[in-house]
Amino acid sequence: MMKRKAKVVVVGGGLAGLSAAMKICEAGVRVVLVSHQPVKRSHSVCAQGGINAAIDSKGEGDSPEVHFYDTVKGGDFLANQPLVHDMCNQAPAIIHLMDRLGVAFNRTAEGHLEFRRFGGTLYSRTAFAGATTGQQLLYALDEQVRRYEHDGLVEKLEWHEYLGVVLDESQVCRGGVFHDLRTGAIFTIAADAVILATGGPGQLYGKSTGSAVCTGSAAAATYLQGAKYGNGEFIQIHPTAIPGQDKLRLMSESARGEGGRIWVPKDAKDKRGPKDIPESDRYYFLEENYPLFGNLVPRDVASREIYEVVYNKKLGVGGEAMVYLDLTHKSPEFLDDRLGGILDIYEKFTGDNPKNTPMKIFPAVHYSMGGLWTDYESDGSGNGLIDHQSPKNQMTSIRGLYAVGEVDYQYHGANRLGANSLLSCIYTGIMMGPGVANYTKNLDKAPEDIPSSLFDQARNKWESRFKEIKSMHGKENPYSLHNELGETLLANVLIVRENEKLEATLSKIDEIETRFGDLHCLDTSDWANPTPSFVNQLHNMIHLARIITKGALLRNECRGAHYKPEFEIVQPAEFDPHEYIDYLEKKSYEEVREEAFPPGHLEYMKKFEDNNNKWLKSSIAVYNDNQPEISYEDVDASQVTPRPRKYN
Amino acid sequence: MSEIVLVKIKRRENPQSAPYWETFELPNKPFANVISVLQDIQRNPVNIGGVRVKPVVWDCNCLEEVCGSCTMVINGRVRQACAALIDSLEKPVTLEPMSKFPAVRDLQVDRSRMFRDLQQAHAWIDIDGTHDIGEGPVIDQDTRHKAYELSQCMTCGCCLESCPQYTLDNNFLGPAVFSQARYFNMHPTGAMHKDKRLEPLIKEGGIANCGNAQNCAAVCPKHIPLTESIAEIGRQTTFYLLKKLFTE
Ligand SMILES: Cc1cc2nc3c(=O)[nH]c(=O)nc-3n(C[C@H](O)[C@H](O)[C@H](O)COP(=O)(O)OP(=O)(O)OC[C@H]3O[C@@H](n4cnc5c(N)ncnc54)[C@H](O)[C@@H]3O)c2cc1C
Ligand code: SF4
Ligand code: SF4
Ligand code: FES
Repeated sequence: MMKRKAKVVVVGGGLAGLSAAMKICEAGVRVVLVSHQPVKRSHSVCAQGGINAAIDSKGEGDSPEVHFYDTVKGGDFLANQPLVHDMCNQAPAIIHLMDRLGVAFNRTAEGHLEFRRFGGTLYSRTAFAGATTGQQLLYALDEQVRRYEHDGLVEKLEWHEYLGVVLDESQVCRGGVFHDLRTGAIFTIAADAVILATGGPGQLYGKSTGSAVCTGSAAAATYLQGAKYGNGEFIQIHPTAIPGQDKLRLMSESARGEGGRIWVPKDAKDKRGPKDIPESDRYYFLEENYPLFGNLVPRDVASREIYEVVYNKKLGVGGEAMVYLDLTHKSPEFLDDRLGGILDIYEKFTGDNPKNTPMKIFPAVHYSMGGLWTDYESDGSGNGLIDHQSPKNQMTSIRGLYAVGEVDYQYHGANRLGANSLLSCIYTGIMMGPGVANYTKNLDKAPEDIPSSLFDQARNKWESRFKEIKSMHGKENPYSLHNELGETLLANVLIVRENEKLEATLSKIDEIETRFGDLHCLDTSDWANPTPSFVNQLHNMIHLARIITKGALLRNECRGAHYKPEFEIVQPAEFDPHEYIDYLEKKSYEEVREEAFPPGHLEYMKKFEDNNNKWLKSSIAVYNDNQPEISYEDVDASQVTPRPRKYN
Repeated sequence: MSEIVLVKIKRRENPQSAPYWETFELPNKPFANVISVLQDIQRNPVNIGGVRVKPVVWDCNCLEEVCGSCTMVINGRVRQACAALIDSLEKPVTLEPMSKFPAVRDLQVDRSRMFRDLQQAHAWIDIDGTHDIGEGPVIDQDTRHKAYELSQCMTCGCCLESCPQYTLDNNFLGPAVFSQARYFNMHPTGAMHKDKRLEPLIKEGGIANCGNAQNCAAVCPKHIPLTESIAEIGRQTTFYLLKKLFTE
């Protein structure tokens, strides 16, 4: 008998999906690559700033260990440490691989890779290709996958949408259900395994820095079929976005990495143009409050500081929720060379030239740390590394179904550091490859041995669902209802969170769900009709909104991007995080006395410890009775001890 | 800023049906672009005659001119809809689908030929494998700078829409593919398989079919030096042909 070639369906062709597809093809497994739009147009192209790897090319003493520490600290210790540790260890090899694939990374005078600084670290650790790093990385992977397509190992189904998984009676994933966005046909694909690499959910908030197809719908649909969803409440707000009607375009952190300074006029009523305001009348609040990290504090800190200045101190530029991001002190040549592309974006979408006039920016929804829960296997060495052959890596709570990229919940804890996402997407896609191939080798049944009735049932269910959607003749416009959902979340589940507002938001989501029943499916034609799809996506987004809001409501603490002033444990000004390690050590062999630390510090540390005992856990949402049921899971902190964060 | 915007859209139900024009009148908003106008139509799909119609269908994704999805002909010029600010456009604004690609619906067209042509042109670097074999080749800053100019091609199709040689039914590969071949031939590893990229370019539909009208370079939103790429590929294919002549 000829040995059959296993088949894996990869849904999504961003960095994560493409790197997984490449690695799996290399193992000789066939891949069906499904994507909403041509994979080369995936959201990953938007990433501007760069990708991290501690190569230490400038002799600053950087190392993967430091990168690891910065990442878990940046994430407020909520990430499972072995995965982060393994990722940071692999990062240099990943950059070298991408370089071999032809990515036009910036170079030093000697022709080696150039690196720059990004938020949340003191080292030059970020490799970059002009201001289009994501685009360049994506293209390189797209090209490798095209090579496999040319060789017949990859079949692409672009203009196709994933609707859900096909589960057998033991809840094992045996394939997926797909929707041809041109013909409207609904069909199933039987596969040895399915990988979801469907990206983030920015569209949930209406306007974000994300792309149009980033609805989170695929993840939510899978949650509705029983997959666990982790850490939903952790949504990263990027401190610096540009105003817009359709999208809040990002002003990359690299603008600050290259010397950009954030300020507001000291006097809110100052009517002068920014260039006419002398230094003495400017308030550089990040530099003043965080002398060490200055404008490069992590994103959660920067967004909150802007919120504080704009909403509480009412110092926003022109009375609006905006601050200046100023690069005008740098020479135009320097700016062209280092930031050309992103400064063009600002000029293109606002009409102002940032080389002559400070940019107006404000915070916007940017990234979801949360996502589908996924598993991993340590290599048993005790060094916090991963067994790259294990089929458990990146498997969701549904057997045979994997998740990778922004759609998974690992790596970034409660807050992602800049330039770590491109890394986690590519690292994970590559890391999981061998394990997925192994999973297909050891499967009990080949897809051909599964009764076809299972697939017929799944298809029938979705066909009738779409029939039902097309017959909706109510009053509500789906696009307007989506807007309303977004506005509700923007107003209440953003930078500063309050329980009262979160409860009100849950009721509002219920109301939106009720009104969803009264939708009008504006277009019922069969050919290239995006409306029924969108209605289905909106349905999924409503459930995702609930996961996020309920997670935020239940988490009564401050951690990373999740900030609830009511539960803030205020850190004494002179506190040094090392005291906490001291305290833990002392505690292990003696009664710790108040006098052992400066006044107030012990009390603070005890509160911090109690809080961590209660909340240093991932939240896990499971769909039950139309609601997310939320439980908590311990975090693997086997490598470094969680401690208070401090950036000043 | 004008209070209202008139938009005339060339629509079509499907590839078989005839195209028709439909006009919409919408309130203008700060920072509005063609995409946000199309989104407003989705939220209230009523044309200027007050008739409720199907929302307009178009493609978009990144919304910041890096994915190439939203390419269409705006006021007669092929460009990205997301980067077309309403305030900077003549009114009424006219929107048409590109004409050099098979129509799908309304402003949507099928550009899959562009991706297939990249396969023909061997548009990738042949690596030994993804395992860790150390650093990539050392590349000087000038070469990298040149490569970066070319690497930003987002397969949007503007160049092909404007090219007189590229038609719906011929097999001309077109300037984007020529430029990509040049890009990979420039890379130290890519150069090792140069001939594989040049071979399709000397055939029918290759570089010889380019009439040098240079329309392409003028419309490329990424300012890719297409004229330079065409000249360079012309040189490379000439050498390649000579080499073939002497070795065969
Ligand atoms: C403006 C911006 C700038 C950024 N800059 C940086 C940076 O400098 N450094 C960094 O590290 N990170 C950055 N990030 C974050 C990073 O870009 C993303 O997290 C990352 O690209 C996500 O990649 P992905 O492969 O998971 O998903 P994506 O690239 O979003 O791809 C998702 C894929 O899934 C497909 N898909 C989705 N749903 C379906 C469905 N239902 N059916 C079929 N297909 C589907 C899509 O078509 C697409 O192909 C940035 C993000 C933004 C928004
Ligand atoms: S130079 Fe003219 S003919 Fe040649 S590719 Fe460009 S537009 Fe087409
Ligand atoms: S060369 Fe320019 S115009 Fe042509 S596809 Fe590429 S980016 Fe578009
Ligand atoms: S939507 Fe990506 S280029 Fe316009």
